[in-house]
Amino acid sequence: MKAKVVVMPKVAVLDPQGAAVREAMQHLGMREVKNVRIGKYLEIDLERDGADVEARLHKLCRDLLSNPVIEDYQLVKE
Amino acid sequence: MKFAIIQFPGSNCDQDCLRAINGLDGLSAEYVWHKATSLAGFDAIVLPGGFAYGDYLRCGAIARFSPIMNEVVRAAKEGRLVLGTCNGFQVLCEAGLLPGALVRNRGLRFVCDMVRLRIEVPDSAFTHRCPQGTILRMPIAHGEGCYFADGNTLRELNANGQVVMRYCDGTGATSPESNPNGSIENIAGICNREGNVFGLMPHPDRACDARLGSADGARIFLSMAETILAERAKAAA
Repeated sequence: MKAKVVVMPKVAVLDPQGAAVREAMQHLGMREVKNVRIGKYLEIDLERDGADVEARLHKLCRDLLSNPVIEDYQLVKE
Repeated sequence: MKFAIIQFPGSNCDQDCLRAINGLDGLSAEYVWHKATSLAGFDAIVLPGGFAYGDYLRCGAIARFSPIMNEVVRAAKEGRLVLGTCNGFQVLCEAGLLPGALVRNRGLRFVCDMVRLRIEVPDSAFTHRCPQGTILRMPIAHGEGCYFADGNTLRELNANGQVVMRYCDGTGATSPESNPNGSIENIAGICNREGNVFGLMPHPDRACDARLGSADGARIFLSMAETILAERAKAAA
């Protein structure tokens, strides 16, 4: 099975990379761009599924894959 | 008096710290590999700068799970002095020993510069003999040193006197121009509520010799030594 995790900076946290990319997109003619935020995407292959796998993945999302002080995450299992 | 310098794979200021500390009277430093499981016999612990685990995922995110970190957390809870400089500060935040987090510099650039720091608390375990308002000069070298904390955390930090130093200009004013990385409220270094864990982005280890531009960093290490001596005297009494 596969788990997909998206980690995004919280709205209150400055995202200067996103701002730089927004400006570059506008500079290249994409005037419609209002805002860009840059996060991380992780694909995780798992050998097998189990009753507690999802709960353990959520724990690792909070402890390791994201920092709850500055980031939010979404976990999707496939 | 023995200082432990934790070496993570990717630490690169471990030698600076060792040399700086060994150069001070009465202080000695030893390396401790991150896979070690004991900090017995050390009076203080230093997490040096660098790029532990290549800064993969987030700065300090993987280093905080190194085996030695259990002992660093235990030592911190026991009240031993723990200092984190630069990457070491990031590791302490990731480990939850200090509140908040360090994110990408506002200007997106890696900043390598000499900065001025205004001491914000009248006395701390790490800044003895630096009265409130003292200005220290130390170098910084980081890409992710923008300190962030939410509103509640920030209020607590200020109310409890945990903001130890802020970036300032030559007059001691904490202007936006003197903020090298966009840190909230110009914060350069904070301590925990108990005052025995201190993290800062500047490098005291690179400011221990006037011939290299500043010896102000030595005051941090000497202050730690003074705190340890005072604790010993208290314990003996």
